[in-house]
Amino acid sequence: MAGAAASSSEASSSSDEAMAVITNGAPVKRGRVTLTIPGVAENGLSVFTTIAAESPMTEADHVKEIHIISEKNPVPIIASFFFTPAMAEAKVATNIRLAASQKVTALAVMSDGSLWSDEKDIVVTIAACIDGG
Amino acid sequence: MALVPARVSMPSEAKKGDAIEIKALVRHPMETGYRVDSVGQPIPRNILTRLTVTYNGVRVFRMEMHQGIAANPYLLIVLRANKSGELVFTWTGDQGTVITERKTLTVT
Amino acid sequence: MFMGKRWRWLVAGTLCLLPSAIVNAAETGLKSASTFLSEDLKKREADETANPGMLWVIEGEELWNKIEDGAGKSCASCHGDAKASMKGVATRYPAIDPASGRLLNLELRINACRERHQGKVVFPYESEELLALTAYIARQSLGMPLKVNTDGAAAPYYENGRELFYLRQGQINLSCAQCHEDNVGRHLRGDIISSAIPAGYPAYRIEWQTLGSLHRRLRACSLGVRAIQFPYGSEEYLSLELYLAKRAEGSHIEAPAIRK
Repeated sequence: MAGAAASSSEASSSSDEAMAVITNGAPVKRGRVTLTIPGVAENGLSVFTTIAAESPMTEADHVKEIHIISEKNPVPIIASFFFTPAMAEAKVATNIRLAASQKVTALAVMSDGSLWSDEKDIVVTIAACIDGG
Repeated sequence: MALVPARVSMPSEAKKGDAIEIKALVRHPMETGYRVDSVGQPIPRNILTRLTVTYNGVRVFRMEMHQGIAANPYLLIVLRANKSGELVFTWTGDQGTVITERKTLTVT
Repeated sequence: MFMGKRWRWLVAGTLCLLPSAIVNAAETGLKSASTFLSEDLKKREADETANPGMLWVIEGEELWNKIEDGAGKSCASCHGDAKASMKGVATRYPAIDPASGRLLNLELRINACRERHQGKVVFPYESEELLALTAYIARQSLGMPLKVNTDGAAAPYYENGRELFYLRQGQINLSCAQCHEDNVGRHLRGDIISSAIPAGYPAYRIEWQTLGSLHRRLRACSLGVRAIQFPYGSEEYLSLELYLAKRAEGSHIEAPAIRK
């Protein structure tokens, strides 16, 4: 895998595979989670990303997991976040790397097992990984 | 390894039930393993893979990281202030890296 | 255009004589790269809890107080609390070192102290330790205006620096001025050309994925026009650094800045 630049179709199927591992084939609905990233990344090596999911964050009703999935990066899962009701909000912000202009997906798993997602397209003007530094 | 590899910023005091923002920065190159050096030799992968946050000994949050997290990883999370106590942030990763930062929270 | 530059220096020179005059970047007409950052990156630069360059500032604080091998002196042994003793220091570097008569920038000044007063081996240029200490000391002048001395022994360096700034160099045959004077505000690949104000250095450059010195940035510029890259700490880059600092007199220290 090292040094291999995945072709576009390989990349999107590996991000589908990554989603399938998390969802186990269960249906994913749009909503309840919001992914915030710029429309144009100034530099693909560090893109500020915020994900927030609506939830009372109680024992009975909380967000369990949020995953950031990339369509074109060599590794489709960028990061996974695991919450407990001790967290006041199902919200994270971090900086991610994006190898090319692509679709980024935020996937949330709720305590009742339901799956929610949001996706955004982003143009990356200076790529990360693929350019080889 | 740096003398001060991480910095966690959060209030030191809060009222019970408050939502407090915690911001963490850790110094790490997050070397992907895809880059080559100036003479064409591959630079070995060296990334952090996990951050665990415990509050009074109980794990409240976990982040699993891969190559797609930018160098010198930053994280913002929101914790509910419950009881006074210690928060422990533990980053682990390749090459046996372990970085720990502790913060005290006083809850009134 | 040539007349314009002279006029600007005349005005700036006159204003410097007025004790209450505060010359800022807007008045000098120079634009810091920070002003061309996206809102996200501007916020990140201003937020001490999110600016990755601060990781080196806190490291520098630790090194400032550290006594190596349990013996000898730390920086603090002579200089005490850096917040007080180092306030304003970064605004007047590069400066002539009275002992050697040479122009030193902050990095070389730290090493000179280390060698002469601590009896220690100097930190290699661009090492993590030197970056951290430089970032920590520069940070103590945050918001303060650049004010370097170009008189006396510094004058020849200043003249050399100015010549270099206007000299066409490299296979691409461009001078610094052609980008950083003639084309400020225009795009160069994914970046916007700034006025080349040195006040943000050492800076966290996203392309480097780490903090780096001004000389690292100058080397990248030299490479960019396919010209000879002078060594770190070379007289050529020191002269250029002095010229850039004088040219940007009044611009505020913003180290560690975030750059792309």
